[in-house]
Amino acid sequence: MHEMSIALAVIDQVESAVRPEGATAVSRVRLEIGELAGVVPDALAFSFELAREGTVLAGAELVTDQVPARARCGGCGRTWPAGVPPRLSCPGCGGAAVDLLSGRELRIADVTWHDAPVPTPTHEER
Amino acid sequence: MCRVLDLQQAVLAKNDACAHTLREDLAARGTAVVNLLSSPGSGKTALLERELTLARERGVPVAALTADLATENDAVRLARSRVPVKQVLTDGLCHLEAEMLGGHLDGWLPAGTQLLFVENVGNLVCPASYDLGETLRVVLASVTEGEDKPLKYPTAFGLAHLVLITKSDIAAAVDFDEAEFRANVERVNPGAEVLRTSVRGGEGAGVLLDRALAARDGGPAHIPVMTRRSHHLHDGPADRAGDRGAVGSSRS
Ligand SMILES: Nc1nc2c(ncn2[C@@H]2O[C@H](COP(=O)(O)OP(=O)(O)O)[C@@H](O)[C@H]2O)c(=O)[nH]1
Ligand SMILES: [Mg+2]
Ligand SMILES: [Zn+2]
Repeated sequence: MHEMSIALAVIDQVESAVRPEGATAVSRVRLEIGELAGVVPDALAFSFELAREGTVLAGAELVTDQVPARARCGGCGRTWPAGVPPRLSCPGCGGAAVDLLSGRELRIADVTWHDAPVPTPTHEER
Repeated sequence: MCRVLDLQQAVLAKNDACAHTLREDLAARGTAVVNLLSSPGSGKTALLERELTLARERGVPVAALTADLATENDAVRLARSRVPVKQVLTDGLCHLEAEMLGGHLDGWLPAGTQLLFVENVGNLVCPASYDLGETLRVVLASVTEGEDKPLKYPTAFGLAHLVLITKSDIAAAVDFDEAEFRANVERVNPGAEVLRTSVRGGEGAGVLLDRALAARDGGPAHIPVMTRRSHHLHDGPADRAGDRGAVGSSRS
């Protein structure tokens, strides 16, 4: 089950990203997981609960947004929901010159935390 | 005050960056990696032993690294080919990662090796997500595993450069429907080459070696749709963070 490795990678990356920002307790991490990423969200949630202990994510909620798989045919221009298991040859012309538009995402979208009010202004978020 | 950091960072960015570096380092030394994936028992070790032996007989410098959860049996079998073989025990980890592989090659991989075959941990789910810096990814399925295997493990089969049907000698005995299997591969990975092999009947002797050498010289002949992502739509720049290697940096 590689979801534990994924959970550890998420925690590692979030910690290195928020530490310099002064975060002490992350409240939420939002992930985008494509249908074809090969990751089971429930298994990931389970691993995350175990792995977050003792980190700045100890109290963090894990939110996963599933990204549907979509494909586009380079031959006839048609786009379609690839589905799971995916149909990656063109349902219109049968062509194989197909691009996957989405569905392989395995991405940390954003991280939320609450700052204790600090006297010195920190830099503006985008 | 509530703060939101818009991270947009690929979770596997670190592995992808390591894989990218490893592929380039090895290419500079003339070595291409072949990553072999399958369920336990599909015949990876048996096929490798045959192809390694053939390579030695033909004078092609090859080496093999085999990963297993716990035992060293596979390395003992592969060593019968008399090419350099290394066993990696993953201690329960269900897949190899690029950094681990790179670490195991340091001080071991003989100079002049043209092909390094990596027998991944027997598992079609986890290893599929980890690029090892390979030039050719091969997924094997034996005729006893059912025609719908590619549909059950679409990520593994969808990312393969080459699919091998193993144990073809017993295909008839188990009523293997090859046309259906091929149609299922085509569905998740259109254009992928599917070849039959058997270490008993001798079918497909040398095909793995030939395809691997061709990929080393000219890159994989086939680019799977799943890796052919359209970068101008839906894809954040962080998806290519592999090339930046900037794990942990925020862009806020
Ligand atoms: N009939 C037949 N059996 C095979 C063939 N290749 C492997 N096997 C058997 O399948 C079993 C598993 O093979 P192995 O190479 O250990 O699979 P691995 O777990 O993928 O490395 C062994 O008992 C092999 O003898 C083949 O081509 N034909
Ligand atoms: Mg084996
Ligand atoms: Zn089309």
